[in-house]
Amino acid sequence: MEKPFAITLDVGSSLANKTGSWRTYRPRYGDRLPPCNNACPAGENIQGWLYHAESGDYEQAWRVLTQDNPMPAVMGRVCYHPCESKCNRGELDQSVGINSVERFLGDQAIKLGWKFAPPATASGKRVLVVGAGPSGLSAAYHLARLGHQVTIHEAGPLAGGMMRFGIPKYRLPRDVLEAEVQRILDLGVTLELNTKVENIEASMQAGGFDAAFLAVGAHIAKRAYIPAGGAAKLLDAMQVLRGMEDEEKPMLGRRVVVYGGGNTALDVARTAKRLGATDAIIVYRRTREKMPAHDFEVEEALQEGILIKWLSTIKNMSDEGTLTVERMELDATGFPQPTGEFETLEADSLVLALGQDVDLSLLNGVPGLEVEGGVVQVGPNMMTGRPGIFAGGDMVPSERTVTVGIGHGKKAARNIDAWLRGEVYTPAPKHELATFEKLNTWYYEDAPKTVQPTLDLIRRQSSFDEVVGGLNETNALFEARRCLSCGNCFECDNCYGVCPDNAVIKLGPGMRFEFNFDYCKGCGICSAECPCGAITMVPENA
Amino acid sequence: MTATVIKFYQTGTHTVGNRLLDPSQRSVQADMRRTNSLNSGHRACQGCGEALGARYAIDAAMQACDNQLIAANATGCLEVFSTPYPETSWQIPWIHSLFGNTAAVATGIAAALRVKGRSEVRVVAQGGDGGTTDIGFGCLSGMFERNDDVLYICYDNEAYMNTGVQRSSATPGAARTATTPAVGPAPGNVFGQGKSLPLIAMAHEIPYVATAIVSELRDLEAKVRRAMEIRGARYIHVFVPCPLGWGTRSDQTIAIARLAKETGIFPVIEAEHGELTAVSKIRKQRPVEDYLKPQRRFAHLFSPAVNTAAIAQIQALADRNIRRFGLVDAAAAAGAE
Amino acid sequence: MLKQCEGSHAVAATVALCRPEVICAYPISPQTHIVEGLSEMVRDGTLQHCEFINVESEFAAMSVAIGASAAGARSYTATASQGLLFMAEAVWNASGLGLPIVMTLANRSIGAPINIWNDHTDAMSMRDAGWLQLFAENNQEAADLHIQAFRLAEELSLPIMVCMDGFILTHAYEGVDIPTQEQVDAYLPPYEPRQVLDPREPVSIGAMVGPEAFTEVRYLAHAKQMQALDRIPQLAAEFRQQFGRDSGGLIRTYRLEDAQTVVVALGSVLGTIKDTIDDLREAGHKIGVLGITSFRPFPTAAIGDAVSHVERVVVVEKCFAVGVGGIVSRDVRTAMREHPHPIYAVVAGLGGRAITKASLRQLFLSAMADELEALTFLDLDHQAVNRELERERLTRRSGPIAENLLRDLGVVAARVG
Ligand SMILES: Cc1cc2nc3c(=O)[nH]c(=O)nc-3n(C[C@H](O)[C@H](O)[C@H](O)COP(=O)(O)OP(=O)(O)OC[C@H]3O[C@@H](n4cnc5c(N)ncnc54)[C@H](O)[C@@H]3O)c2cc1C
Ligand SMILES: Cc1ncc(C[n+]2csc(CCOP(=O)(O)OP(=O)(O)O)c2C)c(N)n1
Ligand code: SF4
Ligand code: SF4
Ligand code: SF4
Ligand SMILES: [Mg+2]
Repeated sequence: MEKPFAITLDVGSSLANKTGSWRTYRPRYGDRLPPCNNACPAGENIQGWLYHAESGDYEQAWRVLTQDNPMPAVMGRVCYHPCESKCNRGELDQSVGINSVERFLGDQAIKLGWKFAPPATASGKRVLVVGAGPSGLSAAYHLARLGHQVTIHEAGPLAGGMMRFGIPKYRLPRDVLEAEVQRILDLGVTLELNTKVENIEASMQAGGFDAAFLAVGAHIAKRAYIPAGGAAKLLDAMQVLRGMEDEEKPMLGRRVVVYGGGNTALDVARTAKRLGATDAIIVYRRTREKMPAHDFEVEEALQEGILIKWLSTIKNMSDEGTLTVERMELDATGFPQPTGEFETLEADSLVLALGQDVDLSLLNGVPGLEVEGGVVQVGPNMMTGRPGIFAGGDMVPSERTVTVGIGHGKKAARNIDAWLRGEVYTPAPKHELATFEKLNTWYYEDAPKTVQPTLDLIRRQSSFDEVVGGLNETNALFEARRCLSCGNCFECDNCYGVCPDNAVIKLGPGMRFEFNFDYCKGCGICSAECPCGAITMVPENA
Repeated sequence: MTATVIKFYQTGTHTVGNRLLDPSQRSVQADMRRTNSLNSGHRACQGCGEALGARYAIDAAMQACDNQLIAANATGCLEVFSTPYPETSWQIPWIHSLFGNTAAVATGIAAALRVKGRSEVRVVAQGGDGGTTDIGFGCLSGMFERNDDVLYICYDNEAYMNTGVQRSSATPGAARTATTPAVGPAPGNVFGQGKSLPLIAMAHEIPYVATAIVSELRDLEAKVRRAMEIRGARYIHVFVPCPLGWGTRSDQTIAIARLAKETGIFPVIEAEHGELTAVSKIRKQRPVEDYLKPQRRFAHLFSPAVNTAAIAQIQALADRNIRRFGLVDAAAAAGAE
Repeated sequence: MLKQCEGSHAVAATVALCRPEVICAYPISPQTHIVEGLSEMVRDGTLQHCEFINVESEFAAMSVAIGASAAGARSYTATASQGLLFMAEAVWNASGLGLPIVMTLANRSIGAPINIWNDHTDAMSMRDAGWLQLFAENNQEAADLHIQAFRLAEELSLPIMVCMDGFILTHAYEGVDIPTQEQVDAYLPPYEPRQVLDPREPVSIGAMVGPEAFTEVRYLAHAKQMQALDRIPQLAAEFRQQFGRDSGGLIRTYRLEDAQTVVVALGSVLGTIKDTIDDLREAGHKIGVLGITSFRPFPTAAIGDAVSHVERVVVVEKCFAVGVGGIVSRDVRTAMREHPHPIYAVVAGLGGRAITKASLRQLFLSAMADELEALTFLDLDHQAVNRELERERLTRRSGPIAENLLRDLGVVAARVG
């Protein structure tokens, strides 16, 4: 229509007015490192796989997860989930049940038979992995996916390392372990059982290996000197737990005392209970607060009727099985000191659970190697002092967990891969941490953590059935959706919605957003209202 | 374990969008094809809540009527920042006549449409609190009383902003404006004055009255949608913080609105034919100080000395709202104790 | 069809024939009978396709008309006096937005003191509001002007006020020829707006215009009114052709051919003036009359031409600008820049005071003798005025003027008794 001058205007013509010139600060999208990812010893991209789990695309979630960790079903059961301790949601209500979702994905993969994609190309390089524990298996998996030919030499009759011969069945059913090991082997990894490596250099030479990854774990039980009568039944935790994998279960009697305060002590006591012990007593030098075992495990043990004698040391054991126990007191530094007060305790057997040392005999005579405190020293690239020989897991200085072992395996594999090509592996630089105060938690609905079902007590005390159940599809989805997506845009559309100047351009599903700096006035609302802290305001001319 | 109803804890219960929701359930603002009825290039201050509220409301109305919408707009910030010659930010047929006659202009448009048989075309009128509760009140009340087929939307920023922040009948007690300066024995706006237009609208027993707030987009859109389903006089009162007039940081516009609701200062309610039909509960109740402190218009309540009496008075008003409208869930309140 | 009826009803009936689509009504004397009549026609179905809206004020009436007109509907309202002032802001707005609203103004004075009777103060208060103002001399013309007004307003996209003297015309029974629907339809095509609010072709109407374009907008409004100076006589001619009578136009002259003195006036008083002139003509005085029908736009050239041969001009006006004097007379003066004759402004008939033939005759005689002051108040009670002035000079608290005057005249005293 013919419009009257000046008082009537063409719609949308204000686009000619570029209000971006008002800006003194500009918004910037960025990615931050979620604290869960940062805390995961296996270096999982937790947030990344939760993202797919939230959409119900479990296979994709599993695929993202297994880029870092090949054993989610195992991890979902035995990992002490430091990720959850660091999860920002913990400050809101309760941390996201990352571990339980991980387990769900792992179980789902087993149930539905998901397989790893075979490597695209073969490198022609041969790598020897010593030990089929979590660390060795992880290295084998990653090396295989990188196209290398991997052979594992395992001294024992079955794969799994401590996952099989340490961790009891009621926490890790063996079919789960076997399924995840098999999937790794299906990638073309050769596993040679009952093949103990006596001399690493010889084995490498014999097999024509270009590099080796050592992960022999720590299997030699530590002993404390406890004077004991010849007839007294004195065992170590490794003997007991390893014996659980034999036809003949260990004979511990009705009254079992376990000496030590780590998770191993708990596992032994709980195993003893299941084997029929009426009394399973843990004797520990210090207090509950000082106990290295994880709280939830202590809790589960206490529920099952395990008794714990705190602040006590065992002085001796008579032939009849009478233990002399001294009461201890913590000094100012928190160290236990003897009090000279004694009491006695009757036991059919005493199991020592005082930790393990590494058997390093296979490294005898290897030049350049450095051993300190009974463990092999490695560089940041996991290589020992001998070029081409890498090591990880319990045999190197670090926390001894399955997860750390798996992380080492991954890290070593990447470094071995680079080393084989004469290169140096440089990990991608880490983003700044997504801390809680960067979040705008208003936008997240209150949602307490899903409680995993647990086996009833009677069955726990009498059988080796798995104690903790898994999530089902509904509550796994629920749990995944509790994730706040700390530090990384999850396409909630908030910025797109809240900009008073329509200066946020939505690029479409999966493509996130862009700013339209022609019109962005730099008010900062998008940044303030971004739930996950993915937008920062920076000075315009910085 | 019993099955759990799947909620969208992360992405959508409160956020604008939600990649996990069925497209039909997503907010209008999350839609890439939203009309942006108030387009970029307008001259509202940085972080203007009114610009935001207007786009929210009009986009939602546009969607509800298949883009068959005409708007009448009162004088005020929204009009001035959107249509300075030679540019307009509006993408819809829009008219500005005067400050105090918007409801009547809308009545005229609605009458014209009716007489021309264009029943598919809908009419909104919009204005600031001054244009609505004060100078435009007569025309508004007339439009209500006649039950004209108009949706009137008031963007309440609690003062005459366009003329430089003067008191209106929507200005709260103690607030500093250019005509209620923070000087003398009782600084700021006088307590015990002002009016609640939503309640007055309800007293007209018109088919639909609602209040909404820019921090609750989904609620706002739902209310616009509901209003658009109804014929006759409808009123939506949208609370829109004004960074300039309130002395708040431009990035805090939504946060301040949220606090207005969470303190009980601004009740978010819905009524049909004069009867309250729904209230939006407070999710995490907060003391009024949390709302007052970040606003320079209330700075005199905190320095040089804390004016506990005035703050208590404001708290009492918030508490009365909470009581009157049942803004706090009894169960939630018990749980919190 | 010739109908003996009240002026208001004649107007109502004629407006209805113009097919208005939206009518806004708010009561004020002496306009009320017009919208009452229309309301009845809408209710009983005589007038179809029309929304009749009872608004809450004149401000709303004009505002509803603005909205309706902007949305493409032919819109009509009527008011008077206080009502016009109450809608003042919207009056300006309607013209500023170029909306062809037609409004009947039943001319009435403006208070205080409140007064419901006729004069032209209300119309004059809005003479610069950008509206066209057409003044009717009698009820026939009042009715006819509405038909022309709709046509002209819509052609120009400007609003028009049809002014008719309150009571004198609105309440007078006269024979009025009410045209047929066919006649009106043939003269007045359906409204085709220049700009319209429509989702099919959205526009923003009513932008804020700053110094960079405001003058141009104003100039364009003026230019349109100047176009009207050409269109008004054409439309009147067309009207005569179709309806067979003279109505409208810019000015109307009477016995002006050889006049040395011309009396200028607006509205119904022209009738009395013509009667007086007839008498004076009989007595041999060379005196004539010029009635202004279109006060806005002001027909400067037409008046200038018409009075070029006269020696003096007497403007009888029912209004005045306090502190200055005549209003119409000042505009007339601009039309006579080339003829430096004396112009006598005569303020008459304020607040309904009767303008009698006797007074006029006296007045014209003195004018012809050039014995008039530049500004004269017809039939002013000098005594009453002087008493009050004296009272104010003597006492501070002299009391309300209106009541004082009434008391002096014995009106109040009699009532208080
Ligand atoms: C009782 C118990 C419970 C535990 N529970 C948990 C738990 O719940 N969560 C957790 O994260 N961690 C747990 N841990 C710790 C965890 O099991 C270990 O840290 C982890 O298994 C170490 O992995 P690794 O691969 O380094 O060694 P290992 O798992 O010990 O595996 C080493 C493998 O190398 C083989 N081997 C050794 N020497 C040779 C050789 N010379 N040639 C060939 N093969 C050789 C061994 O037979 C073994 O299979 C537990 C440990 C114990 C003892
Ligand atoms: C009749 C009239 N009186 C006063 C004004 C001046 N005026 C223009 S906008 C405005 C303030 C508008 O306040 P509000 O309606 O609350 O809208 P806001 O600008 O705060 O959004 C005023 C007082 C005017 N334009 N018209
Ligand atoms: S909320 Fe999600 S992203 Fe954030 S720490 Fe927890 S699991 Fe990681
Ligand atoms: S909300 Fe819009 S205008 Fe404000 S900083 Fe973000 S993009 Fe810019
Ligand atoms: S003064 Fe307030 S309402 Fe007006 S444009 Fe600025 S922020 Fe918006
Ligand atoms: Mg305001």
